[in-house]
Amino acid sequence: MPVDSCLFLVLLLPLAVFVLLGLGGKGRFVNTAGPIATIMLLVVTGLALYAAGEYFFVFGKAGGIYRPALLFSFTWLQFTPSLAINMGLLLDPVSAMMIAIISFVSLMVHLFSLGYMKGDNRQGPYYAFLSLFTFSMLGLVLSANIFQLYFFWELVGVSSYLLIGFYYQRGAAVAAAKKAFIVTRFADLGLLVGILIIAFSAGSLDFAVIISRLSDTGSSWARAASGTGFLGLSLLTWALVLVFAGGAGKSAMFPLHIWLPDAMEGPTPVSALIHAATMVVAGVFLVARLFPVFVTDVTALGLVAYTGAITAVLAAIMACVQQDIKRVLAYSTMSQIGYMMLALGVAGRGGEGLGFMAAMFHLFTHAFFKSLLFLGAGAIIHVVHSNNMQDMGGLRKQMPVTHTCFLIACLAISGIPPLAGFFSKEEILAAAWEGNRVIYCAGLLVSGFTAFYMFRLYFSIFWSKEDANHHNQPEAAVTMKLPMLILAVITVLAGFVPFSRFVTADGVSLAAHIDVIFSIAPVALACAGIGLAAYYYGRPGDRPVRAARAFGAIYRVALHKFYIDEAYLFITRAIVFKGIGRPSAWFDRKAVDGMINYTAKGIGAFSGRVKGWQSGRLQHYALYFIAGVGGLILLLWLTGLR
Amino acid sequence: MPPVSLIHILLVSTGLFFIGMYGLFTRRNLVTVLMAVELMLNSVNINFIAFNRYLFPGRLDGVFFTLFNIAIAAAEAAVAIAIIINLYRTHRSIDVEGAQEMKY
Repeated sequence: MPVDSCLFLVLLLPLAVFVLLGLGGKGRFVNTAGPIATIMLLVVTGLALYAAGEYFFVFGKAGGIYRPALLFSFTWLQFTPSLAINMGLLLDPVSAMMIAIISFVSLMVHLFSLGYMKGDNRQGPYYAFLSLFTFSMLGLVLSANIFQLYFFWELVGVSSYLLIGFYYQRGAAVAAAKKAFIVTRFADLGLLVGILIIAFSAGSLDFAVIISRLSDTGSSWARAASGTGFLGLSLLTWALVLVFAGGAGKSAMFPLHIWLPDAMEGPTPVSALIHAATMVVAGVFLVARLFPVFVTDVTALGLVAYTGAITAVLAAIMACVQQDIKRVLAYSTMSQIGYMMLALGVAGRGGEGLGFMAAMFHLFTHAFFKSLLFLGAGAIIHVVHSNNMQDMGGLRKQMPVTHTCFLIACLAISGIPPLAGFFSKEEILAAAWEGNRVIYCAGLLVSGFTAFYMFRLYFSIFWSKEDANHHNQPEAAVTMKLPMLILAVITVLAGFVPFSRFVTADGVSLAAHIDVIFSIAPVALACAGIGLAAYYYGRPGDRPVRAARAFGAIYRVALHKFYIDEAYLFITRAIVFKGIGRPSAWFDRKAVDGMINYTAKGIGAFSGRVKGWQSGRLQHYALYFIAGVGGLILLLWLTGLR
Repeated sequence: MPPVSLIHILLVSTGLFFIGMYGLFTRRNLVTVLMAVELMLNSVNINFIAFNRYLFPGRLDGVFFTLFNIAIAAAEAAVAIAIIINLYRTHRSIDVEGAQEMKY
């Protein structure tokens, strides 16, 4: 099958499932929705893997370099002869890798949901939303045009909104869905403005044209864009910063991260798919997509790097004090995405393009072990019926499969060799070492924190208490165990993929290198983190409480998530609502509406006075008529018009 | 006895007109109101004849107009009586006060 029709099917099959199940609505397809969606997605995954394989091994490489392949394009909107919106399918190393990840993780999540969602009577909408999400995410990564990307960008936002608010009977879920939607919409405003500036300064919306015109610093387009300034930054910098703001909103970067922890209100498999593996890395993908333009601009790239580093550190600290296991994972996701961002930010060009490769590699491995962690958390929640780690403990005997998989994922995310996370993290740290030592230190710190909070989670769930048997429930069903086992195997093996041969900034293969001396520091830190977690949480006791008391203020601040939510509330309530909203409302009521209302009231009062003249008596009307004629005669007589 | 002059005739017709007007405003019975209107109409007819006789004795325009008016008045009376009959059918009364629906 040709690759382009293959990709069409990859996009259209999930859409078809969405339409079918979506039209069915609540109460229909209760038992059939899962199998339908899963089988369709199995086909989609096969096709996507086939397309990615064809790209990587058959037609993608030309002269030793992977070149982007535009498989399909048609002009959708022609604004002017030179500016048009083209819809297309673009396959390059990054998008080929992404479609493989997205469809595969989505398949795992579908499989897992078969067991997890059993007994829910809204399975039709659930799988419909999942399919919508899969469709939009695949569309996002295959977009050939930045405007097309924006459409799908909004579509993933909508499907994320729908799935976070899936349990709409719970007020917290509704609030979380709204929060996620509003915060990301706010960031998308930046993205839209950035897209418009880019379209203006590159004269096109196609990625290929944008990149070729703006990445060449000598071209007239690039010189015009970097020459004109606004508020001290050049036009190009503004565009990139705004685009990055959009990406930061979607990827939950500081300070737009506040929606992600709350988004954990959604069903756990959804968190695994959307809020861990795929949608939240859309921001990383966006920066990677425009990477050749980003590297020409030191300011924008620096912003990416520092935002990533700050997010990684803050999120790691916050993850250490959370009690809700899904929230720990959410903060861990933020921290890891911050890692990817900082790797992109420190990346140079060509030979030093290690950062780009490292970020993509980490995206790749993270997708697997983080979705595995979420699926494991889902299996645990399914048994314990609680998100709180205080309610857990000693589950290792009751849930041996989940325990093993979770342990593998924890080791992977902590960067213990030879699991997947180790390799990608090493590449990131190596890139940071070459690029910026401050950021390298932040990365090193985070890798220690990561090991600590992940093993705090692990020990709290599986050890801590002895023989806590919860409801005597059996471990998860086969459909739930199978995806976990598959993901665990991949987590073990993914690190050995010669990733640098396939996905690099400029398409040229890069020599992978793991320097043993260099690895000593992060691995030692990770082991220290694990040891610390084992000391505090390995067995029951009051050690964690004592430690929390010892940290005092720092602990409280971290527990309150650095008061960032409160700061947002202060800004919205005290400044926006009270300072701007209320005066505007007063002006609207009294001046704008008032003008109309008082006019109407005046006329009403006047007509109230004169309406008595309409007595309904025929003779009164005759009298008025005669009097009128008499008056007219008098008038004519007086004015002399006889 | 002095000859009857134009002014005398105009005085008669004016008197007739205001008698009709008074009737129009004060009577409650619609048939009487109709009669009052006829009075006003006829005062105008008298004016036509008088002006024709005294100002343009050689012409007949005023006479024709009067004949025309009488024809119109007959038609108008027919219409008015039809209205009154219908009013009686709907309101069981031919009192002008009885029909007050056209009010604010």
